[in-house]
Amino acid sequence: MELLVASAIGTMTACGIYLILRRTTFPVIVGLAMLSYAVNVFIFASGRLALAMPPIYDPATKGYTDPLTQALVLTAIVISFGMTAVIVMMALGAFLEHGSDRIDTDDDAPEDGA
Amino acid sequence: MSLALIAALPFLGALLPGLMIRAGKNACALAAASATTLALILLGLNAPAVFRGEVIQTRIEWLPQLGLNANFFLDGLGFLFTGLILGIGLLIILYARFYLAKSDPMGQFYTYLMLFQGAMVGIVLSDNVLLLLVFWELTSLSSFLLIGYWKHLPEGRQGARMALTVTGAGGLAMIAGMLILGQIAGSYDLSVILTQKEAIQASDWYLPALILILIGAFTKSAQFPFHFWLPHAMAAPTPVSAYLHSATMVKAGLFLMARMWPVLAGTEAWFLIVSTTGLITMIIGAKIAFFKDDLKALLAFSTVSHLGLITMLLGFGTEEAAVVAIFHIINHATFKAALFMSAGIVDHEAHTRDIRRLGGLRTLMPLTFTIVTVAALSMAGIPPLNGFLSKEMMLEEAVHTVWWSSPWLLPALATIGALFSVAYSFRLIAHVFLGPVRDDYPAKPHDPGFGLWAAPAFLAVLVVLIGVLPMPMVGDLVKVTASAVTGEAAYVKIYHWHGFVPALFLSLTAVGGGFVMLGLYRPLARLWDRAPRPEAKAIFDGLMEPFAERSRRVTEALHDGALTRYFAIATVTIVAAAAFAFWGAPYAPGLRAMTPVAAVPLIGWTLLVGATIALFLYHRNRLLALVLVGIIGLMVSVGFVYLSAPDLALTQISVEVATVILLLLALNFLPKRSANLSTPARRTRDAVIAGVTGLGVGALIYALMLRDFAFPTIADYHLANAKSGGGGTNVVNVILVDFRGYDTFGEITVLGIAALVIFALTEALLRAGPANDRLTGWIPDARRAGDRHPLMLVVATRMILPIALMVGVYIFLRGHNQPGGGFIAGLVVAIALVMQYMASGFAWTQARQKIDYHALIAAGVLIAAACGIGAWFNGMPFLTSAFGYVHLPPLEEFELATAAIFDLGVFLTVVGAVMLALASISRIAIRAGETVNVRPYEIEPGRPVKIEEA
Repeated sequence: MELLVASAIGTMTACGIYLILRRTTFPVIVGLAMLSYAVNVFIFASGRLALAMPPIYDPATKGYTDPLTQALVLTAIVISFGMTAVIVMMALGAFLEHGSDRIDTDDDAPEDGA
Repeated sequence: MSLALIAALPFLGALLPGLMIRAGKNACALAAASATTLALILLGLNAPAVFRGEVIQTRIEWLPQLGLNANFFLDGLGFLFTGLILGIGLLIILYARFYLAKSDPMGQFYTYLMLFQGAMVGIVLSDNVLLLLVFWELTSLSSFLLIGYWKHLPEGRQGARMALTVTGAGGLAMIAGMLILGQIAGSYDLSVILTQKEAIQASDWYLPALILILIGAFTKSAQFPFHFWLPHAMAAPTPVSAYLHSATMVKAGLFLMARMWPVLAGTEAWFLIVSTTGLITMIIGAKIAFFKDDLKALLAFSTVSHLGLITMLLGFGTEEAAVVAIFHIINHATFKAALFMSAGIVDHEAHTRDIRRLGGLRTLMPLTFTIVTVAALSMAGIPPLNGFLSKEMMLEEAVHTVWWSSPWLLPALATIGALFSVAYSFRLIAHVFLGPVRDDYPAKPHDPGFGLWAAPAFLAVLVVLIGVLPMPMVGDLVKVTASAVTGEAAYVKIYHWHGFVPALFLSLTAVGGGFVMLGLYRPLARLWDRAPRPEAKAIFDGLMEPFAERSRRVTEALHDGALTRYFAIATVTIVAAAAFAFWGAPYAPGLRAMTPVAAVPLIGWTLLVGATIALFLYHRNRLLALVLVGIIGLMVSVGFVYLSAPDLALTQISVEVATVILLLLALNFLPKRSANLSTPARRTRDAVIAGVTGLGVGALIYALMLRDFAFPTIADYHLANAKSGGGGTNVVNVILVDFRGYDTFGEITVLGIAALVIFALTEALLRAGPANDRLTGWIPDARRAGDRHPLMLVVATRMILPIALMVGVYIFLRGHNQPGGGFIAGLVVAIALVMQYMASGFAWTQARQKIDYHALIAAGVLIAAACGIGAWFNGMPFLTSAFGYVHLPPLEEFELATAAIFDLGVFLTVVGAVMLALASISRIAIRAGETVNVRPYEIEPGRPVKIEEA
């Protein structure tokens, strides 16, 4: 299971990094969302994986999952929504102001249309 | 405590003017003045103790591990300087209120001024050298803001930059010197360092420390050869010049020398360096001042000269000289601040401060003339004014000092300095106010209103009073201050007539010579103009240019404005650092047993990884990308369920819905495909960066998960105390609302701010401008659905609404003990509301709901804060929760916890923020011509439908 989680985090990170290196707004937004997933799962997994163990206090239970990382991630998810919303709005504003959704101004790379 | 409060009050006062500028300029000035007055009163309360010779201390631990503590102490020296800073500060606040023009942003001015005042008070009250250094740098920064206050003037900006460079660099040298002193003394507390004279002077590091500290003091106090920045700083508004460059900031260097006097003075090195620097500065400053035609430049160089005089006195290293130095600090502050303010008045009324264009103002501005004459005669050292007393005493000390093994060299040079001082003081009076009235002033000069002349007049009165009655006025103050400087009880006796002593003849020579020089001004000035002399600004610019050029090149290479480049550089740097750390240490595989894999998670994993790879491949089709993001988010939520995190799963899935709706709304106005702007080589490069990063992150978490915790995790504490301490069994929720409630409070505040930012951005876009034009002329680039509000969807969402709201309430209520809570409930309710918008149309729904989302956010944050503050009334720290069990007869026993109130705040903020964000984007759609439906359904049963030809 650890291998699955780790590879999933790695794949999502790679995809996120690739997307934020694009030069139009929308892929960057999606890339940041991907990075949020990756980071959230990363923090969550740093509490170690637990199957069928509650984060709920119960004297009868034999073990718990780590509630601390869960609490951290919970707020992180909500905050990353707020962050995404702000960037979306900025991207939208930039596009409406200038009619282009490019995010940088250097002109050294030609459009290859591929 | 009161000392820390004196230092803190100006900083608190700095907040008010910036915030209150809409309440008017008077309110602004009053706010700044109130803070200053309050600090003065607090200082006054400590006066009796200080005059009894006590040292008042306040000690607050800040970072004891670093030896950095917020320790303050108040002795005579600190008292004098605090009094000067606050007292003159108060006069400046009054003066500036009437000096600044209507168009100047006054709130900003007072904020900067109070920041500066706080930093200065901090310097003179600090008992900890590290704290002192913090305040020291703060004065450089705040004075930078003040000098460059008139941002539209290039001289202002250049002068500010020069002042910051010189004093900032000096500050850096001083940090090194202070650290050496601290190391020698074994403590960073001044009160300890000051007792270590023998150890410090015997140390090999004494000379380096001395030189470094003196560089700091000399740069700040504009001593030769660092004096050049001060005249350029005169581009500042006159209140700033009067405050910073006559009374306070430039005296910080003197303060420091006086403060360190007990441990640094008394050696040959101190005497030679300090007194020589002071002497040279005094003569050069006075000489240049005489030839300056700009009123403020004349005063600036005269300030340089007087600072040199005081430095020289401190350099003598004798107690008598220290007494004179202190006395002259007081006198200089009074007459020079008055002169600066008067120069400002002349500039303000005559619209020029060029001496060549002035003259004959005596009859036109009689009041200003009187003030300037009193102050300038004091500066020249004419009896019975206070400047006479200290200059006489200075000459007396000079006569007794053997310098470069010559008994007469120093008195002679000091007399020359005094002679120039007399000459420029007389010139100031004669060439500005005396002579015939002219008819070509840029504006008709007249005396200003009370607000402008009150402050300099008050100082002029002090000049006379101290001059006539020195002992009753300042005798005790000088005594207690000088005692603090020297560390021993000082003997102070100030009187006018010393008999026929050498100092008297030197003084007479200076006055006579000054008169002669004034008479010879024209030929002398011609000579001066012809003589070659170094232009400090050109040298400074020449020195700075290569540095500026090089840093510009580096900056432009790294920060070329392309976001992708920053991301790439940052990512590569992090990966490289991680790789360096990894290869530099031994690696052992983790020993923790792996969790078994069942078939279902394997399917989920395949979906997630497959969708991610597909996203990588097809991200340019934006709609498809959104669908893929949805799949990934869903799989992450499912993963959370499987891995025992029900709260996270609930949050993730509801956030997922909100995010996808948000992105869809935005995508409506963005291109549906991403243009391909990158070359294949660049894509390959990016793919490599991304791949390596992904591999690294994956490997890192894999290695982490296969190891046990290196330290016992604090999660155990939370698990053990959730029920007993927090009153809830859902530990995740208890952590959020109780253990880490403060974090959560911060987070909902951030969320609220984010929503408000979105709202503000929308407002900006909808104002007249290119964005608005583009929206009003919007042509949809995708075909619209024929039935935008389908009957089925409308009916279903309406039926679901009460159920969804009930689910929301249920999730909220159970949250403390079972998975759920404010965050999740907020998201659920928000989605239930958003569904109404989607189904029935934005305008139709908006017209039927009365909820103000701003108010919702505000209420949420305020409720959470109130809940936290409530704990104070129970005598507990902020956000301590309380709970109890209640039994109402028909119901079972249930729990009531204050944490639920806090959670309610979270809930309201989340609902408000999500809704405000989505509603803002919907407003853009309306502006783009989205039709507003009158009826909820597009096609209503029973209503005849008019079919249009496509």
